[in-house]
Amino acid sequence: MTILELQKIANEVRKSIVTAVYSAKSGHPGGSLSAADLFTYLYFEEMNIDPKNPADPDRDRFVLSKGHTAPGYYSVMAHRGYFPVADMVTLRHVGSHLQGHPCMQHLPGVDMSSGSLGQGISAAVGMAVAGKLDGKSYHVYTLLGDGETQEGQVWEAAMLAGHRKLDNLTVIVDNNGLQIDGRVADVCSPYPIDKKFEAFNFHVINVADGNDMEQLAAAFAEAKTVKGQPVAIIMKTVKGKGVSFMEDQASWHGSAPNDEQYAIAMADLEKVGEALCQK
Amino acid sequence: MSEVKKIATRESYGNALAELGAQHDNVVVLDADLAGATKTSVFKKAFPERHIDCGIAEGNMMGVAAGLATTGKVPFASTFAMFASGRAFEQIRNSIGYPHLNVKIGATHAGISVGEDGATHQCNEDIALMRTIPGMTIINPSDDVEAKAAVKAAYEIDGPVYLRFGRLAVPVINTDPDYKFEVGKGVTLRDGSDLTIIATGLCVNSALEAAEMLAKDGVSAKVINIHTIKPLDEELVVEAAKATGKVVTVEEHSVIGGLGGAVCETLSAKAPTPVLRIGVQDTFGESGPAAALLTKYKLDGAGVYEQIKAWL
Repeated sequence: MTILELQKIANEVRKSIVTAVYSAKSGHPGGSLSAADLFTYLYFEEMNIDPKNPADPDRDRFVLSKGHTAPGYYSVMAHRGYFPVADMVTLRHVGSHLQGHPCMQHLPGVDMSSGSLGQGISAAVGMAVAGKLDGKSYHVYTLLGDGETQEGQVWEAAMLAGHRKLDNLTVIVDNNGLQIDGRVADVCSPYPIDKKFEAFNFHVINVADGNDMEQLAAAFAEAKTVKGQPVAIIMKTVKGKGVSFMEDQASWHGSAPNDEQYAIAMADLEKVGEALCQK
Repeated sequence: MSEVKKIATRESYGNALAELGAQHDNVVVLDADLAGATKTSVFKKAFPERHIDCGIAEGNMMGVAAGLATTGKVPFASTFAMFASGRAFEQIRNSIGYPHLNVKIGATHAGISVGEDGATHQCNEDIALMRTIPGMTIINPSDDVEAKAAVKAAYEIDGPVYLRFGRLAVPVINTDPDYKFEVGKGVTLRDGSDLTIIATGLCVNSALEAAEMLAKDGVSAKVINIHTIKPLDEELVVEAAKATGKVVTVEEHSVIGGLGGAVCETLSAKAPTPVLRIGVQDTFGESGPAAALLTKYKLDGAGVYEQIKAWL
């Protein structure tokens, strides 16, 4: 798939994120939007998956360790064909398969339930250990928030991954710099995150702009060359990316747009879409 | 009479895992630096590639076990009851219980019979904690025979199981050649008409001893071994309560939320009956030889007898 095609899909993924959160009247748009390009790259380019066969034992796995960004995850799954995009408006509604945080019991294609920060990466490590035990060639990806790295369990998991030289594991950190209480650097700084992963024997790739599809492509290409150690991709992103009034605002970590804000957000994304069509 | 054979149920756990490992390739065992104490070292020696030492990081170990389970492995995550149910409670709840993953938790060193290590390592709260997790099966075997059978039965269950084992060598009591272990089914070990003693774990032996002493006083006590605390054998409990009119529960666990709690919850709804809950009385343990602690906390045969006599 070309970079332009991926960019167009990412923009559609963003529209569905905003629509879903608007419909739910709650949810986490900020971190969903910052990771929308990453979600798109993984599900449309990087991962060996088949939406029609979500339980294939040889498939690549993805664990959304920062489970609150379920709107982004669901959106890319819907656009990839795991379920109808129309279902996105049922997010967080009673009886929906789109729970507030990802639940593998509710939605085929979700490789691991998540939501409590710090836990997803451990499950991803377990999947990678299993792959090694079974001599399988699948790869495991997990996405963490930068604030999430404040959880000690992240480093317990990193220690085991490094120790066991899990080169079938790629940890991605969405470094949008914001968490609920404010700037990550002000709340309780986990920085430098890259040096910490290096210390746990990861091959670290820093991405200057994780909302740039070409930079993501380069990072994952480099990751593929790494043998004998797990990879951590630390990508700098903009929280709320693509929606003017949400960008770089901690207040949009976990709140939904009202009618007026929804109209502005969709207009913003329409404009991005039109610009992409001109390319 | 020949000397009664004694073995700690943690030994049974390790031995049963080694047998299971030989039968099933998908059995993997995880530890948090306690393979020597949890006795999984037996498995580790036989199948080193399937033993994953996670280091002293119990929360991560539970998550890794969950990830392994998603791929079809049957992981047995092993550590002390305190660190499994206590430290890693939320990982068990959210990463194992909520997705109902096929993880077995081998929790050794439960209760005050840990002994000299003292209160920090004596977990009297694990049954209460684990009972609140939907879909969790909880098995607390009374001896070597039952413990080994429980490990094998846990493998056959599709879903999370909490297996509770002890550090202390305890008498082998299930010597009946027809002994059959069935998850969720209590075992009537002695018939009686004046009261029912419902016990679990190493307290089953204490209950049998107490029943013998009561018999000498002319009190006829029925004794039931409840190895599976969840799902509880409600039918057996209710039937016994109705037949004898009085119930005593005995466990090496807090009287809050464990076997006593489970029995009272059932009886209050289905057959209101006076219940005496014998166990650790809402207090922390302390250091000392295990046998001395069981005596001090009145969980040995004499202590159970004494408490029942005072209640009757």
